[in-house]
Amino acid sequence: MAEFEPRIVAFLCNWCTYTGADLAGTSRIQYPPNVRIIRLMCSGGLDPVYVTKALLEGADGVLIGGCHPGDCHYQSGNYKARRRVAILKSILEQLGLDPDRVWLRWISASEGQYFAETVTEMVAALKEKGPNPMRNLWGM
Amino acid sequence: MPLNAVLEVEDNILATLGTFLRGLLERGVVEYLLVPQTTLAGDNVVQTLVHDVSRLQTVNPVAPVLPVNSARLVSKLTVKGAPRPVGVVLRTCEFRALVELVKLQQASLENVTIIVVDCLGTYEVADYAALVAAGCDPTAELLAQVRDGDLHPHEGYSFRTACQMCEYPVPDVANVHSPDIHLGLLGTDGRVLVTVRDDLAEPLGLTPTAVPEGRKTVVEELIRRRAAERDRRFAEFRSRVNDVEGLLAQFSTCIRCHNCMVACPICYCKECIARTATFEHEPRQYFEWAERKSIIRMPVDTLMFHLTRLNHMVTSCVGCGMCASACPSEIPVGTVFRAVGEKVRAIFDYVPGRSLEEELPLATFREDELTELGEK
Repeated sequence: MAEFEPRIVAFLCNWCTYTGADLAGTSRIQYPPNVRIIRLMCSGGLDPVYVTKALLEGADGVLIGGCHPGDCHYQSGNYKARRRVAILKSILEQLGLDPDRVWLRWISASEGQYFAETVTEMVAALKEKGPNPMRNLWGM
Repeated sequence: MPLNAVLEVEDNILATLGTFLRGLLERGVVEYLLVPQTTLAGDNVVQTLVHDVSRLQTVNPVAPVLPVNSARLVSKLTVKGAPRPVGVVLRTCEFRALVELVKLQQASLENVTIIVVDCLGTYEVADYAALVAAGCDPTAELLAQVRDGDLHPHEGYSFRTACQMCEYPVPDVANVHSPDIHLGLLGTDGRVLVTVRDDLAEPLGLTPTAVPEGRKTVVEELIRRRAAERDRRFAEFRSRVNDVEGLLAQFSTCIRCHNCMVACPICYCKECIARTATFEHEPRQYFEWAERKSIIRMPVDTLMFHLTRLNHMVTSCVGCGMCASACPSEIPVGTVFRAVGEKVRAIFDYVPGRSLEEELPLATFREDELTELGEK
């Protein structure tokens, strides 16, 4: 049987992490192809509904990428995202869902290498966890 | 500083409360009064907006029934600012929901005098009607128990789950934002304790007196029993829902009617995201999902709906339990939201309904908090 390849949905902010991911690409930095990237204008614009949706649909992990604290293009979007992620993780944990499938990372536009490392690290962590049990359940 | 006064009861407590509330209109403290009154049929008690004091014949602000969380009604009256001075008679859960709605900019307290009455608990609407049909007077039964605060439902009936575990029979504990007028019944030796904003004592003709001895103990003991019931139900929920299977089982019987959202005083969105195009899918989408997962539950997004509501409003949930009362499948939605909300709000040391000044957790942030999140 082929090795389990986790599927990661990534919500990346336009100004920092998406540009960082772009830099990883243009710099030809190698990282696992397990990530499907969705570009947002700001991590603060991410409604937790979409993270939940990805997890319930069977995504093995969700990566949320934003600018470092203090560097938000819109001043404070990442701080608001941080609160929403804290709330989301608490809710997931309390309902018996795995909060560690959701990663929040601050990755700047110049951190192509860090983006590649983060994806590599996340893929390894999710391989350790195994597939999202939601993938084979249908009662939701 | 609020002032305390005591109203002696001549006939019965209900009549004394009625006289006091009529006085608010007669003395011109307010021009309109939002106040619960018994319907013509007698089997329900609903909010009424009254302008003429002669139409206050069936006032009953303590009837153990709650057809709607009145914070929603106050929102309707005040969202653009109340045009005339209005008094609103509320239970504590309604009052706390109103505080949240004000902070959510869905209600305004300008021109509003808030009157909160000690809450003795409520039955489901159908149970209240059944009790009345059986010849009972549910209000009188409970008023007979206010001296020692050992409140029991009518034999064979129970209070709503939310009421059984409500730590707010009175509004004045744990720094809750104070109402303008509070009518206390628990542990007051058969009298009515009136706590008012100091400038209201004179127009209402009240003479300041001490709080009846014993009230504190009676209220604390009631809260202690309620808190124990709360902890018992939270523990039961947490042992039931602690993995994916438990979670799916909890919402297995959901018929996705959205009643919980409609009944919720905090869910004010005119167009809930669950009813927008976000939750509407192209026909081919269903087939694609079915193909990819080999089987999907229809209609889709049942669990999504509850998780979305939790994420959006649980920080402001006051635990009134209207969601659970509205659920045709008797899913303990209110218990889920209260239990989950307790831990979520602890992150921000936020208590919904406590204060008008404390900012909503989702509307603010601090630079130096949650710093481990986002770092490697």
